[in-house]
Amino acid sequence: MSQISVEVDGVTYSDMVEPRTLLVQYLRENLGKVGTVIGCDTSNCGSCTVLLDGRSVKSCSVLAVQADGHKVTTIEGLATDGQLHPVQKAFHNQHALQCGFCTPGMIMATCGLLGENPSPTEEEVREGLEGNLCRCTGYQNIVKAVLEAAPEVAQMSAGESPVEPATQPAGQRAHTTTGEAAAASVGGAS
Amino acid sequence: MTAVEDRPGDVIQDSPSGGAAGRELGRARRRKEDGRLITGRTKWTDNIVLPGMLHLAMVRSPYAHARITSIDTSAAQGAPNVVAVLTGRDLDDEQGGLPNAWPVTPDQKAPRHPALAVDEVTFAGEAVAVVAARTAAAARDAAELVDVEYEELPVVLDLEEAVTDGAPLAHPSLGTNVSAHWVFDSAEAGTGDDVEQAIARAREDGIVIERRFRQQRLIPAFMEPRSTVVDPTGEQLTMWSATQIPHILRVMLAMVTGIPESKIRVIAPDVGGGFGGKLQVTPEEVTTLLVARRLRKPCKLTETRTESMMVAHHGRDQVQRLTLAATKDGRVTGLKVDLLADMGAYLGLVTSGVPILGAFMFNAIYKFPAYRFECTNVFTNKAWTDAYRGAGRPEATFAIERMMDELAAELGEDPLAVRERNWIRHEEFPFTTVAGLEYDSGNYEAATSRAVELFDYEGLRREQAERRERHDPVQLGIGVSTFTEMCGLAPSRVLGSLSYGAGGWEAASIRMLPTGKVEVVTGSSAHGQGHETAWSQIVAERLGVPFEDVEVLHGDTQVAHKGMDTYGSRSLAVGGIAVVQAADKVVEKARTVAAHLLEADPADIEFTDGRLSVAGTDKGMTLQEIALAVFAAHNMPDGVEPSIDADAVYDPDNFSFPHGTHLCATEVDTETGAVRIRRYVCVDDVGEVVNPLIVEGQVHGGLAQGIAQALYEEAIHDDQGTLTTATFVDYLLPSAVDLPHFVTDRTTTPSSTNPLGVKGVGEAGTIASTPAVVNAVLDAVRHLGVEDIQMPMTPQRVWRAIQEAVPVAQEESR
Ligand code: FES
Ligand code: FES
Repeated sequence: MSQISVEVDGVTYSDMVEPRTLLVQYLRENLGKVGTVIGCDTSNCGSCTVLLDGRSVKSCSVLAVQADGHKVTTIEGLATDGQLHPVQKAFHNQHALQCGFCTPGMIMATCGLLGENPSPTEEEVREGLEGNLCRCTGYQNIVKAVLEAAPEVAQMSAGESPVEPATQPAGQRAHTTTGEAAAASVGGAS
Repeated sequence: MTAVEDRPGDVIQDSPSGGAAGRELGRARRRKEDGRLITGRTKWTDNIVLPGMLHLAMVRSPYAHARITSIDTSAAQGAPNVVAVLTGRDLDDEQGGLPNAWPVTPDQKAPRHPALAVDEVTFAGEAVAVVAARTAAAARDAAELVDVEYEELPVVLDLEEAVTDGAPLAHPSLGTNVSAHWVFDSAEAGTGDDVEQAIARAREDGIVIERRFRQQRLIPAFMEPRSTVVDPTGEQLTMWSATQIPHILRVMLAMVTGIPESKIRVIAPDVGGGFGGKLQVTPEEVTTLLVARRLRKPCKLTETRTESMMVAHHGRDQVQRLTLAATKDGRVTGLKVDLLADMGAYLGLVTSGVPILGAFMFNAIYKFPAYRFECTNVFTNKAWTDAYRGAGRPEATFAIERMMDELAAELGEDPLAVRERNWIRHEEFPFTTVAGLEYDSGNYEAATSRAVELFDYEGLRREQAERRERHDPVQLGIGVSTFTEMCGLAPSRVLGSLSYGAGGWEAASIRMLPTGKVEVVTGSSAHGQGHETAWSQIVAERLGVPFEDVEVLHGDTQVAHKGMDTYGSRSLAVGGIAVVQAADKVVEKARTVAAHLLEADPADIEFTDGRLSVAGTDKGMTLQEIALAVFAAHNMPDGVEPSIDADAVYDPDNFSFPHGTHLCATEVDTETGAVRIRRYVCVDDVGEVVNPLIVEGQVHGGLAQGIAQALYEEAIHDDQGTLTTATFVDYLLPSAVDLPHFVTDRTTTPSSTNPLGVKGVGEAGTIASTPAVVNAVLDAVRHLGVEDIQMPMTPQRVWRAIQEAVPVAQEESR
């Protein structure tokens, strides 16, 4: 067991965890942060995406111990002062979700994406979210939501740095992993 | 809800057709359910934690067919935190057999289907034992320690091989791989002519086209893995499950286990997608129930994605042989369909009925006079198949829409022109088809001309000709799919005539609360469809109460005591109508009370915008005021009970038949085989629309799944029967980069079978898009001599087909 101290959604937690505990398990089982969900066992679906020091990561590909000393934001910590985050608002407005299972990961991946590219094109959005699978929406309304949210997010982070000073997170970054499935396939008109 | 009602930035504005002040139907309301889903306050089954809860893990067979010779559980029993290890034999007295609700023929063969295998496993992944432990990790670790010895048996995997003489038997005890043989013949049924005669005539003086199509096996791949929690404490057993069918599940659990139905409560909390994949009574649910009961502890079983891909039922998997007869001028005179349908190793809830649902759709929108459908249901040693979005209808639509393109190619004519020559004209509705169904309404002309316009059909045809002319390495193809489907499952008497084990009605209740709020209880069980929003709109419109004041309750058998659940695009066309009927009953009851309180004749009470008033006066009361008065019950009319709540059950008279025209343009790189969807336009006619935003979303999602069948997805087994596509690395669920921007629009031809005029939209996109894409790819390379390409049309398959083809011109010059 290892001692870790992690700030999650603005609260600092100190816990003993098994070295093999994944960050997503720690969030769900130890902290009850069940807003973050698990959709696969191969780090392909992106359902578990959270922000680690402001960058999106798949929390199933990060160990809890690797989050020690870092700051995690989950879907549950995104709204501030009872106000929905612009990405949340845009997902609602554009009907970018149906069953909503992919949604927490999709929203967090969007936050990560817009942190790096504040005004993406439709194509860049599609590429940026390649590591997040949705079975319900066909993605079109998700893409629209991201494009709708972008200006407001950019404005919001004008005063503050959206990406914290680069302490390179230990896990893989969400939207750069898992291209295999898509890369092997064709199509992708937009 | 003002500025957000339109669709900014869209090519096609989804202008709310309703939307006038006070009108709820037709408004693009943003969904009520989103609030919890976008903030992570969702109730997924796997989130549930109960005091003392145990975690279960299944021990699964690595073999597709084997005899279980011994199981040694001692190492697992002794592992840390393990509470129990139970085998199929341990539970055999209680586990019964999993249900098949659709014996399609009186002599249908079906093996017993235990939740945990006892003597024999018949597909890879079948569960043989279960471990209960204090943590999920401990349960999974211990499952690895269960030592099962198997004696391998011969496997049969290929559908066509399975029906040959001497093929290995999936279930040796049945003595055959054939489960059932089902025939519909229009001459025998009296709905049309004899197809053999039509074919003979066409052979003499007409056109006969024969084709074989393969519907590959697909995996529904809902994003939320299935999960079940059972709490045996208290008076009732409570099961939470990620299911589409809490009501059917409860009935079936009672039948399978012998536990009185009244002692079982089933709750489907938030459910993360289903697509038919959660229309099942699963071994995992039954096992969790039995283990929880035996150990007297709450138990949870959540599958991994790999397990889900392996054992949650699959879809499609058919071989279709078709013979189409036509006159020389391209009028179809008959269609003969010979189907082999892969059941997999067992018959699940509706496995056997899925191909039969397709039987009524091969004739599609066309009015040819002779039709014969023959289907052989076949066992193989693979996971069982069952409903997957469209269930039988996508397969049928694919086949006929491919055949219509083949006919057009044979005639050298435009595929739209050939279709128009054969389809039912809008003035011919209602129309009784050669398959014996009565189509309620439709306007194929309107949908098609709108699609052609949006698509720039002529422009793309010109570009296609130019690319051919200059031998461009990238060729353009245009694919057409004009589809219809039967929605609103289903009139109970029709289901009865097809030997289905249940009815097709739906229930709803409306409760007027004393504070003026309204509770709507529905037997539908949404898992992404937005019923909370749509039903609120219906009730707000019908009762004249604010949308925000309506609360929709569903998915709990103790709250919604009656229901038939959600599948088959039935919820609005059946469940929504039950809501309408309940609302109308509330108004009628309120009218009696209002007349009494306002001292008027009930016949003089008018109901408008939520207010009951005496005609010609300014005397009146709101529905909410009446609800409060009824709650107090101080002054009720004699003999009238103090309640204006109402229950309704709606059993439809007929199906509804939405339709649409889908046009797809693909660019095919003839040097690499790569396919790119250049443009996708669909115009669907789903009748009246309650919420255009939700309809559009359903279409998008359906398109994605149908396109995925055409281009990306296939469940593949190795020659031992192991699924080699059991992860998202190998099973190519499309991501955002793999799909185009869709252009969608609607025409509106109201259904004549229900008071809302609605038809159903859940499966439309999936049904229509697969043939549109395949037809487009073939249209791009047909002049090179390519006649068919197996789905999914991977670059490799497309490239190879081009290499192997003999160019048409060359062939002709020989
Ligand atoms: S759970 Fe699928 S990527 Fe993490
Ligand atoms: S909304 Fe259901 S998986 Fe994305």
